Amino acid sequence: MSVDARDARVFFVDPGRCIGCQSCVQACTECDTHRGRSMIQLDVLDRARSPQTAPVVCMHCESPTCAEVCPADAIKRTEDGVVQSARKPRCIACNNCVLACPFGVPKMASSLDLMMKCDLCYDRTSVGLKPMCASVCPSQALAYLTPDELARLRPAARPVNTFRFGAQAITTKVQVLVPRGAPVEVIDVTAAMHEPSLGHEVAAEVFDAVLEGADAPEGRS
Amino acid sequence: MSPEAARSVGWGAAATLAVTVLILVGSRNLAHFDAALVAYTFAVLFATFGLAYRYTMWLQRPPTALYWRRGWQAFLQPGAWLGNLASWTTRFASDVLANAFILRRDRSRGVAHLLIMWGCLIAVAITFPLVFGNLHFRAVPGDLSRYEAMVSGFPAFRFEHGSMVGKFLFHGLVWASFLVLAGVMLAVRRRVREQGAGAVQRFAEDFMPLILLFAVSLTGLLLTASYTWMYGYGYTFIAILHAITVIGTFLWLPFGKLFHVFQRPAQLGVRFYKDAGRAGEPALCRRCGHAFSSRMHVEDLIEVERKLGYTYEVADGEVRHYQWICPRCRRASFVTAQSLLWQGTRGGGSLEGSGALPMPRYANPGEGAGPLGAEDAENYHP
Repeated sequence: MSVDARDARVFFVDPGRCIGCQSCVQACTECDTHRGRSMIQLDVLDRARSPQTAPVVCMHCESPTCAEVCPADAIKRTEDGVVQSARKPRCIACNNCVLACPFGVPKMASSLDLMMKCDLCYDRTSVGLKPMCASVCPSQALAYLTPDELARLRPAARPVNTFRFGAQAITTKVQVLVPRGAPVEVIDVTAAMHEPSLGHEVAAEVFDAVLEGADAPEGRS
Repeated sequence: MSPEAARSVGWGAAATLAVTVLILVGSRNLAHFDAALVAYTFAVLFATFGLAYRYTMWLQRPPTALYWRRGWQAFLQPGAWLGNLASWTTRFASDVLANAFILRRDRSRGVAHLLIMWGCLIAVAITFPLVFGNLHFRAVPGDLSRYEAMVSGFPAFRFEHGSMVGKFLFHGLVWASFLVLAGVMLAVRRRVREQGAGAVQRFAEDFMPLILLFAVSLTGLLLTASYTWMYGYGYTFIAILHAITVIGTFLWLPFGKLFHVFQRPAQLGVRFYKDAGRAGEPALCRRCGHAFSSRMHVEDLIEVERKLGYTYEVADGEVRHYQWICPRCRRASFVTAQSLLWQGTRGGGSLEGSGALPMPRYANPGEGAGPLGAEDAENYHP
């Protein structure tokens, strides 16, 4: 299904809103391209002291390191910018992609000799539907929205899709939400490498916004 | 022409020359060469050039080159190569001959692949020696009830015309066709019915090889049907059609999905590399301090990334390269970087503490939700 730019949805990630409910993990296992296995990486950062959970999906890099370091040419990027999971006939399970991905996304299924990773629910998103994880995320830490929906539902946020890892800048198809007023064009990941996680008051901003009617949950596909 | 391409053209030409010499020698200077099959011979020679060219280009990519070298180093390390040979044999039987890993991925996929693979192997084992003139049959002098197989001009074995051996040999391609056709049908069934396969498959990559194999098998069977039951009806036309399908498949071989036949054995080398990595020193994450892979693998990846033009070097004197951060701590760093930007809006304070940052934990380490097996778990901490 072709869609024009106003209707084209973008995957927005806002890990700070994650409440660790694992809905995304369970929904991901329903995806037909990797049935029964979740491709969501969901970690608890500091269980003893913080409620912060870290939901990470494939960011679909414009220049995917995973694909570049693959000795078997097994990882391909579609014309619409989706970095697909390893092609089964080619993947030799060498683990290069798992170790090279700057976001720590791919998983290695050794018994199958196959790397597996999030492919943006290509069976769904290629026909205009939301990815499984975004369709069930109750706090919309993982959200699949049009630009208009983003402006309406997240007035305090704006997207950024360039990240810095040491001297390397990586631009991605999936976008991360930062405060609208923050003077940030590139998120420096390595600068936060040694920072402890936040002991923030859980999603106060989220609930305040809902009470003001600005952040009502969007409809699901 | 780039140096890589020039080198590949050289290897392609050398491989083509080698096959040509083998054909000349095997057919006793073309004495037993079947002129009717000359088009097939040239198609094979073209495919040889294409395969050698692409394989050499592939081997020159930085990650492939490094793995190729490391795989052989691991396999041939002093004192271990005998054991390695034994384990290579086991792995070859399990992975290549029995397709065990494909069956584990998906049973219908595995069965389809086994049928297609063995059908093609049998067909290649029969046709290539015939096309090269390395194999021909003749009547046993003085005994017209028996045939003699001649390999490279030397008598190999004799058999009765009507014996089971004869029937199997002369109809070997028919059996091979049945295997391939059954496999192709299973594969198409899976591709048509499964939504997951449907989402990512492409015509040229996934359907083209099935169509080609189907066409080759069907036209081959039609030849047998024509001369067995139809008094040779349309034989010439079918023979030309069969030649076109076979030659087309050979010409396409270096460029399409079937090239995986030649790439795939690299999987065996990777196993030895992993074995060597496990036996060596582990890599320690420079954020949380835990082991997450082999030191050799991390150092090799740093070299590969540099050759590819990536600059993951970190100014931090202790970390030095982002590759020294384990995948789990990379995710934690990414999420922390984003959360910190919201600190002014959403509140909360950084958790001060002494010593290394705690190791992030899987929210749900259960089957299907967490790591996909032992190796996957090791990647994120043993």
